[in-house]
Amino acid sequence: MNEDNKYYRIEQAARRRSNIRKAFLYIFLIICALAVLFPFYWMLLTSFKTQSTYNNEYVPKFYVTDPTIANYKEAFTAVPLAGYFLNTLIYTVVTTALMMIVIVPAAFAFARMRFPGRNLVFSLFLSMMMIPSELVIITNYVTITSWNMRNTFAGLILPSITSVFYIYLLKENFEQIPEELYKAAKVDGTSDFKYLLRVMVPVAKPTIVTITILKVIECWNAYVWPRLITDDRSRYLVSNGIQEIRQSGFGRDNIPAMMATVVVVSVPLIILFLVFRNKIMEGVSRGGTKG
Amino acid sequence: MKQSKYKGWLYLLPAILFLGIFMVYPLIDVIVYSFEEGYNFVSQTSQGTGLYNYRYVLRDPYFVQALKNTFVIVIITVPVSTGLALLISLALSSIKPLRNLFQTVYFLPYVTNTLAVGLVFMVLFKKTEYSDGMINLLIKLFGGNSVDFIDGPHWAKMLVMCIYTVWIVLPFKILILTSALASVKEDYYRAARVDGTRPSRIFFRITLPMISPMIFYLIITGFIGAFKAYSDEVALFGTDLNSAGMNTMVGYIYDMLYGNSGGYPSFASAAALILFAVVFTITCINLMVSRNNVHY
Amino acid sequence: MKITLDHVTKRFPNRNKKIREDVIAVNNFTFEIPDGKLIGLLGPSGCGKSTTLNLISGLEMPTAGRIFFGDTDVTNLPAENRGVGLVFQNYALYPHLTVLDNITFPLGNLRGQEKLTKEQMRYKAMEVAKLVQISELMERRPSELSGGQQQRVAIARALVKMPSVLLLDEPLSNLDARLRLQTREELARIQRETGITTVFVTHDQEEAMSISDLIVVMKDGVIHQIGKPQEVYDKPCNLFVAQFLGTPPINVFEGQLRDGHVFVGEDAVLDIESKEKRYVYVGIRPEGFIPDENGPLVCSLSKIEVMGRDTSVVSTHPAFNGPAIRSIIPSEDVTGIGGETVRFRLKPAKVCIFDRGTQATVNFKVR
Repeated sequence: MNEDNKYYRIEQAARRRSNIRKAFLYIFLIICALAVLFPFYWMLLTSFKTQSTYNNEYVPKFYVTDPTIANYKEAFTAVPLAGYFLNTLIYTVVTTALMMIVIVPAAFAFARMRFPGRNLVFSLFLSMMMIPSELVIITNYVTITSWNMRNTFAGLILPSITSVFYIYLLKENFEQIPEELYKAAKVDGTSDFKYLLRVMVPVAKPTIVTITILKVIECWNAYVWPRLITDDRSRYLVSNGIQEIRQSGFGRDNIPAMMATVVVVSVPLIILFLVFRNKIMEGVSRGGTKG
Repeated sequence: MKQSKYKGWLYLLPAILFLGIFMVYPLIDVIVYSFEEGYNFVSQTSQGTGLYNYRYVLRDPYFVQALKNTFVIVIITVPVSTGLALLISLALSSIKPLRNLFQTVYFLPYVTNTLAVGLVFMVLFKKTEYSDGMINLLIKLFGGNSVDFIDGPHWAKMLVMCIYTVWIVLPFKILILTSALASVKEDYYRAARVDGTRPSRIFFRITLPMISPMIFYLIITGFIGAFKAYSDEVALFGTDLNSAGMNTMVGYIYDMLYGNSGGYPSFASAAALILFAVVFTITCINLMVSRNNVHY
Repeated sequence: MKITLDHVTKRFPNRNKKIREDVIAVNNFTFEIPDGKLIGLLGPSGCGKSTTLNLISGLEMPTAGRIFFGDTDVTNLPAENRGVGLVFQNYALYPHLTVLDNITFPLGNLRGQEKLTKEQMRYKAMEVAKLVQISELMERRPSELSGGQQQRVAIARALVKMPSVLLLDEPLSNLDARLRLQTREELARIQRETGITTVFVTHDQEEAMSISDLIVVMKDGVIHQIGKPQEVYDKPCNLFVAQFLGTPPINVFEGQLRDGHVFVGEDAVLDIESKEKRYVYVGIRPEGFIPDENGPLVCSLSKIEVMGRDTSVVSTHPAFNGPAIRSIIPSEDVTGIGGETVRFRLKPAKVCIFDRGTQATVNFKVR
């Protein structure tokens, strides 16, 4: 009886401990989630306040009494936001497309083709992954300037076209496709190029999509290179546009309009993320780092 | 047959061309620049070679300031963000309901435009004539004194800087650590439970050693990333980082290249190589430490 | 320590979320494991044997019913307070710790009065290491050990804290065939020497039969039969148990009880006391056939495989459910078999009869 009683108490204590633990875990996670979400909430909230409401709230309110979309109108009229958007779109699409054209054949060559010097070149490629962009950007800046390509799309795009890391990622994926398929195609007289387009690319589609998404995110957030290479506002990308707005747009103090701009800039990527959530997270965990 | 032997090179040609022009040549060139004194952009001539550029950069008070700032950012944000990410990942992996939702939320900062959200942080922390700003009101609520975090004292700016950096780098670390934790086999925990192991002992003797390779990976990439801090600073304090006293090493390089000091690629190259040397050394030390501490 | 399961049931929510109905992994188990014995839980995969083991260890809590260790109700007691040793199928050795550290790991959990010094832990670890014969491996890491050695380390780790019950989940399934034979003897020896009540799970009937004091045959979360291995083999309680035990498996014919005879097809193979008429399955163990040129069971001969001491005679019969009848006959009795047909007489003790509907065993007495 006594023994039973002791076990009963151990049982009770264990159950209580696990409940308390659970509660603490959730509280902690919720606090962290709020800390992550708060800036997003704040920018949305502020973007719907009028400038006078915002300025009159010494203690900012957590809700909005007279929501307005005037800020969004202003974001597209008072500053050339639409232009920044268009530039970024062109830059993103062209860079990503050109990159695919360059890296897919390269990955294919490394994965399947036999030619003298292949291993040596591949090791050289791999060692290039370690070169920090800060080192090469200086000369690239000089190169692009001397080619008179400042403030042109070509100048923006050319240095961002190749990525050793993505070639590597794609090569690994191509190698997982059974070589028998390649041999079979060879026997059937299929040309390498046709095989690449008809078999390799469709089979490796998930990886190609992942790479595309990662590159799109990278392009959308590009800041350093565009800042160096563009000083004409009509060529700015969104990041530079935001910086420009911060320093001189909307007469500096129109915070709600700035927030509306920030919302407009952030929304496309957030939608992209919510749609491709799993692909993005998988791709990033396979070796993407920010920037 | 002979023709097809070299066909592989044809497929590689575009990649080699672009990498050659924008990766290999610049790498060599930057070293050359760094030793050329007074290189002139327009005439493409220099006055001689030597270590002058390095001496200049190392004596430049702006560079010293940038070096200090960078080190402070590295030393604060890497441990804080890794530790916090570990805590959050541990919490995430011990719950089931709502786990996906939390993971999605925590990942959001990764896909946002650093410059754009930096603006929101600035608004939250900034003191204006209309309002003390959200954060200062919170500080006052708890009985503290308000500080201008954006244009105020250096420590306050550094604090915002670190908070923002941590906010930005957390998603990646949480993602890596949650998948590392998920890869630890359930049986190890069950074995430990049957043996009546205390949670703290499970953590330090089983979980931590098992995920230590990933933690070291995060620390190494975290160091490299933090040493290259730049656009987060611009987002909070604007492009004129030198006058804000918040410049970083990368910021110094770009400012040297273009911008307020205007066009000194030799100095920029010297600074870039110094940065590279620092990062390289720290990474080597990190690797050595991790080799001694990661066991399998 | 005696273990008692009293009407224990475990349900899991279905993995396929569309199906609302729970999966019943363990359905209303009642059985008693006597103190100091080696018990085999035997059944095809997915029959709930691992769940039963987890319920005993406390890693899972039953949905209904009680579990007793000795006379103490431990039903809701967490695993850490039960004092059981558990060996996992893949051993779950900590890869970053040496063998010695792995074995002393459970001892490091003791606190307060029970706390041991480093020396005491080491001493205890060396004791069990000697028992499982791994004394010379103490400084290695698990990755440097063979499968069999890892297995021993896992057993040592489970034994070092002197558990009241030792549980093993498929202990031999990760070993190659030769090692498996050797290790199962080893297991029986360790159990005998320590006298710890031991429960192990397996899907391999030979393994269970060869070393258990008692086997529990399960299928689909239901216990079919509990008993000593030989008893269960000789007197299976239903067709499933009969078919699951024994290699080669029992030969099952469609048959009939009629007029005091057991008919296989139209051959009256045995005379029995009961006169009742009934459709049945007749199961004959491979060793139950005696070649006899006047025997009642007439089969058409397919081939004869000589296997040394024994000979396997493969034949067919119209009433047989399956491709080929396998009978095992001592080689010296085989002489005279050949031609188109082979006739057998049966050993009544090697014949089992099952009802055609319920598949339960029908008892019979030979006249």
